[in-house]
Amino acid sequence: MSKEVTIDTSGIYYKELNEQINEIIKDNPDLERITLNNVLGQRFIGNGISKNNLTIVINGIPGGDLAMFMKGPRVEVYGNADHAPGNTLDEGKVIIHGSSGDATGHSMRGGSVYVQGSVGYRSGIHMKEYKGKTPVLVIGETAGDFLGEYMAGGIIINLNIQSEDTEFVKNSMLGTGIHGGVIYIRGKVNESQLGVAADIKEFKKEDLEKITYYIEDYCNEFNYSDEIKNKLLNSNYTKIAPISSRPFKKLYTPDIR
Amino acid sequence: MIPSTVPPKYKITIDHDKCILCGRCAKECAWDAIRKSKDKIITYDNRCGSCFRCASMCPRDAITIIENPSQGRKHPVWTPEARQDVLNQANSGCILLSGMGNAKDYPIYYDNIVLDACQVTNPSIDPLREPMELRTYIGSKPEKLEFEYIEEEIDGKKVKKSKLKTKIAPNLKLDTPIMIGHMSYGAISLNSHKAMAKAVKRCGTFMGTGEGGLHRDLYEYSDNIITQVASGRFGVNSEYLSKGAAIEIKIGQGAKPGIGGHLPGEKVSAEVSMTRMIPEGSDAISPAPHHDIYSIEDLAQLVRSLKEATRWKLPVFVKISAVHNVAAIANGIATSDADAVVIDGFKGGTGAAPKVFRDNVGIPIEVAISAVDDRLREQGNRNKVSIIASGGIRNSADVFKSIALGADAVYIGTAAMIAMGCTVCGRCYGGKCCWGIATQRADLVERLEIEEAADRVSNLIGAWTHEIKELLGAAGINSIESLRGNRDRLRGIGLNEVELKALGLKQAGL
Repeated sequence: MSKEVTIDTSGIYYKELNEQINEIIKDNPDLERITLNNVLGQRFIGNGISKNNLTIVINGIPGGDLAMFMKGPRVEVYGNADHAPGNTLDEGKVIIHGSSGDATGHSMRGGSVYVQGSVGYRSGIHMKEYKGKTPVLVIGETAGDFLGEYMAGGIIINLNIQSEDTEFVKNSMLGTGIHGGVIYIRGKVNESQLGVAADIKEFKKEDLEKITYYIEDYCNEFNYSDEIKNKLLNSNYTKIAPISSRPFKKLYTPDIR
Repeated sequence: MIPSTVPPKYKITIDHDKCILCGRCAKECAWDAIRKSKDKIITYDNRCGSCFRCASMCPRDAITIIENPSQGRKHPVWTPEARQDVLNQANSGCILLSGMGNAKDYPIYYDNIVLDACQVTNPSIDPLREPMELRTYIGSKPEKLEFEYIEEEIDGKKVKKSKLKTKIAPNLKLDTPIMIGHMSYGAISLNSHKAMAKAVKRCGTFMGTGEGGLHRDLYEYSDNIITQVASGRFGVNSEYLSKGAAIEIKIGQGAKPGIGGHLPGEKVSAEVSMTRMIPEGSDAISPAPHHDIYSIEDLAQLVRSLKEATRWKLPVFVKISAVHNVAAIANGIATSDADAVVIDGFKGGTGAAPKVFRDNVGIPIEVAISAVDDRLREQGNRNKVSIIASGGIRNSADVFKSIALGADAVYIGTAAMIAMGCTVCGRCYGGKCCWGIATQRADLVERLEIEEAADRVSNLIGAWTHEIKELLGAAGINSIESLRGNRDRLRGIGLNEVELKALGLKQAGL
């Protein structure tokens, strides 16, 4: 019965590695930490794992769909991540000390994904929430186009740390098809950068209150100084939210035949 | 004034000599096509979809619904329907919505295929006396079996024992090659789901959840449930994935190839919202593409991610709609660790689809089955995936013909709904199904008696299963395995040479 296990993953095929992780979790009910060294492209790490109080540390670059369907654990990546980390995440926290690929946080329905660097296209797509479960995606630097596409719930915060909050961000098609949830972007957004169904709303005091916890938590996770934290908290944000929860209501007309 | 409607399609006639003014009809009609005033039953023909609920419930048989003979000028091109569609769109500027399956008069190839029977040279088999093997395994089969031999000592004697070395992929075990396809909770009512779940359990077969998640009341049927993962990922979490015996990835649907699903907010009740894990009243949108799939390799990634999540214990199916390049897609799926490919033909039903798609897009299931079966065989991939055919299967002969054309099993949808009382009125998207099937309105849902509906669905599957046994016996075959892809048991009639070639059939008489 160990509390900590380390695996050198060099040359281990993804299926074997994930099976090994599952077996270790099964055999060690008190397990608190698994460290995976030399990770190089192994996919689906943490996929479907349902366990609280477990940290999976990944040293290297995990492959696609990291922590997919995961419920509970904390995953820390020291390196970049491939596409769709946090895909359909249920509960838990994914911390990426680097950048991640397309569709980061795809269909998240709970938990949080923090990315220190940038994310690819269509990140936060299909994020949704139900009652107390609100997924959160925080992006340190830039995001690709179609951020928050078809978003149905949850919170996306794009910090653009490298740029000034007076600059216009470069994204386009922001929140295409969005019908729930909210996107906060540090910086300015032109209306022409919005996708269909998205709208720019006034950033209010309640919004700042809503994101303060996540910004503080994000800065703690990545060891940012108080100076940076205060800069982020005292910045101008653009709030993007849906025009309505039924954006396509008027698209169809019933035919009774 | 510009007219906004052509004359009503249906005409409701009340026989006032018979009518006792009980008002039952008005209560039964959720579309408000009939109302009761003090001393009269008043009809609103333009609201009637001919679902026949009123007529069925009238204690005096006083209601007749007929197609309205007064449809204006008759014209072979500008039919009343064509004119009504133009008027609706001129009014709204919107996409026309429709329900059920393709309503156009395309050829039904099943009806131009006849079965073979045996006489004396190859005698027929009597299924009443002799066992007929209908058991079907859905899933990947190994190319060959390898054994290892171990010597053991039993009672002082050395005995050579064989042990299977080949790892067999998880398969679904079906007692009959008929399953119920995916209709989501949301599109149809919880009572319909419960009735079908009871029926498939009794029949030793499976039903699909559709893309709406799985209601907790159905967890007890999880051994007979196939869960579905669509692009919207509604209700998908690890618990859901583990509550089925197989998982199906929905890429396409026969009624609307190339477009996604859209459950309007009106149908997202509290219970539906809980099952789908989205807020009440909000639209549930599953767009056309899965946004993590842009290639066959990406699709393989999703297949494998679902297998990882369930630790490679469950078979994973991929559902696509029948389109002209279906064989190439299916072959790609066969190389992706998927266990079955589901092909949904263009006559497949739906809760809601743009009418232009329902009636015009896709290809018939009959030709898709043979195209896929042929391609998989050519590429040496037929053993890697099972083929499940769906979309317009109406009777046991259609099932039999599908299997002889190359399918392993079929999904039925509309047939199961008809067994539960659906009258194919085609207004499922309206959410006011008077029979309690395609609705979430509590008072209407209650109308479907679960036990009775379950009996009728299991009767239907049971009856077809008997008929398939008889057909097998008549063909001189005692196992469904021997029928699969056995197109020599079929002949085409009234088909041209190109059609026969596409179906891989000989002309009757040859």
